[in-house]
Amino acid sequence: MELTNLTISQAHQGLKKKEFSSHELCQAYLEKIKKLDKKIKAFLVVEEDLALAQAKKADSLIAKGKNISLLTGIPVALKDNILVEGLKCTAASQILKNYTAPYDATVVKRLKGENVVILGKTNLDEFAMGGSTENSGFQPTRNPHDLTRVPGGSSGGSAAAVAAGMACFALGSDTGGSIRQPASFCGVVGLKPTYGAVSRYGLIAFASSLDQIGPITKTAEDAKSVFDVIKGRDKMDSTSAEFPKIENLKFKIENLRVGVPKEYFVKGIHPQVEKVIRQAIKKYEEMGVKVEEVSLPHTEYALPVYYILAPSEASANLARYDGIRYGFSDSSGKDLMDIYLSSKDKGFGLEVKRRIMLGTYALSAGYYDAYYLKAQKVRTQVGEDFKRVLKKVDALFTPVSPVLPFKLGEKIEDPLSMYLVDVYTVSVNLAGLPALSLPVGKVGKLPVGLQIIGRPFEEGKILEIGKYFDKIS
Amino acid sequence: MFYVSCSMISKEEVKHIAKLARLGLSDKEIQKFQKELSSILDYMKKLNEVNVSRVAPTSHPFELENVVRLDKGEKLDPKIKKALLGQAPKTKDGYLKVKSVL
Repeated sequence: MELTNLTISQAHQGLKKKEFSSHELCQAYLEKIKKLDKKIKAFLVVEEDLALAQAKKADSLIAKGKNISLLTGIPVALKDNILVEGLKCTAASQILKNYTAPYDATVVKRLKGENVVILGKTNLDEFAMGGSTENSGFQPTRNPHDLTRVPGGSSGGSAAAVAAGMACFALGSDTGGSIRQPASFCGVVGLKPTYGAVSRYGLIAFASSLDQIGPITKTAEDAKSVFDVIKGRDKMDSTSAEFPKIENLKFKIENLRVGVPKEYFVKGIHPQVEKVIRQAIKKYEEMGVKVEEVSLPHTEYALPVYYILAPSEASANLARYDGIRYGFSDSSGKDLMDIYLSSKDKGFGLEVKRRIMLGTYALSAGYYDAYYLKAQKVRTQVGEDFKRVLKKVDALFTPVSPVLPFKLGEKIEDPLSMYLVDVYTVSVNLAGLPALSLPVGKVGKLPVGLQIIGRPFEEGKILEIGKYFDKIS
Repeated sequence: MFYVSCSMISKEEVKHIAKLARLGLSDKEIQKFQKELSSILDYMKKLNEVNVSRVAPTSHPFELENVVRLDKGEKLDPKIKKALLGQAPKTKDGYLKVKSVL
């Protein structure tokens, strides 16, 4: 039995039956990291001592015969924009290279409450800005299925770690697709929860009306196990919501109605990707799901809306890295203004600067109405499209990405071509909906993900739909 | 699908935006951003196709209620205070120290 291939529920059974210890499980992952991560570079830092200590603690709970929770003793990797007290947290930026987290993010507190084993912090595009993990201020990560290709981004480190068996599960964050797209590129499951479903306290902010934390796992069942632990209201995040009691999410598969938006299958989609997605949808139809074509007419405007609103919010959120309170500071200049200018100049990478410039432009006097306000209005339209369609159908099937994992360096010089990869994922963030990225096939050795979009707070339903596919494959 | 804009934003405009953002840029970056921002902003003009004269803006995906608490300070754990201040490049007597403003 290869321990690093086990899902959360399989590993839990093994721990409970004492077939192996959490210490052994943790060792197996650490060895896998040592063997593979020199090439993949998914981790920015591996916390071997901490992990083994946590594993020992989990083992003592198991030895006492306590009724252990599902995540007890299970090794996890965390995206390096999520704070763990006492550990460095860099957001893959030089500006936070020496920043140590003074407290735990709420999601980390909840995972620690379940006695998980924290293996380390994973790589990302700097401040989660990008779709390839090439924008990391430290190192690019590579796709475990083909080392010449990107793992997607921005949670590329987390997705690559789970795909390569270097973590049993991981957490990522998703502002415009940053959990779903790397999950799709790496052939693992990624859940972007409903806006407000998971507390962002202790997540380094990118665009606050869009950011959500979510799980990256091997199966849809595992994603549910992790989501159930991290979800729920938190008084430290006033945008987090009390999870509404939704009546009976159980359903018969033959009563399920799923829409396929025609605007997601227009020119620009790789024909082989479309083929895999169509085949997956057909499999659901064979299971009895009623599939119908629907229309989301504002789809083509979602990308420009997103690339105005996200950089605008980012330009405000990143103003705090001014060299005064924390992070990198260059005080060689003569006055306060020099510290601001120089600390940001030397601390931020090119993509972060580009987005700060774009956002500041869209918010500046004379352009606010034409760009920012206009984008906010079209955002309303994008949301209305979903509301209307999701009254008729329970969920939507779409591709996660129009393209296969691309080569390192292929898009990095042309920012617009990189932004276009997000075309199927950003709408979901604008509308605040939950969405699952589910591996449903391959083109050659490269994985393809199906996106399942649900109604607000109906994560339970889209995860259940995902589980049906896991069962037949 | 994309083309270089005929209405390039000026170098001065790029410098002005950078100053608003308190972001230092090299001459090379200013030149690069002049081109890139122009073509990205040109792409955004796509939104002009949408009639939004009767549409309200969305700042937040869902309507949320304000979260309020009594206007009473909470005592900060001195350990956390120390950890937070310990991140600052310069402090004095428990305060952040900065260079002269004027």
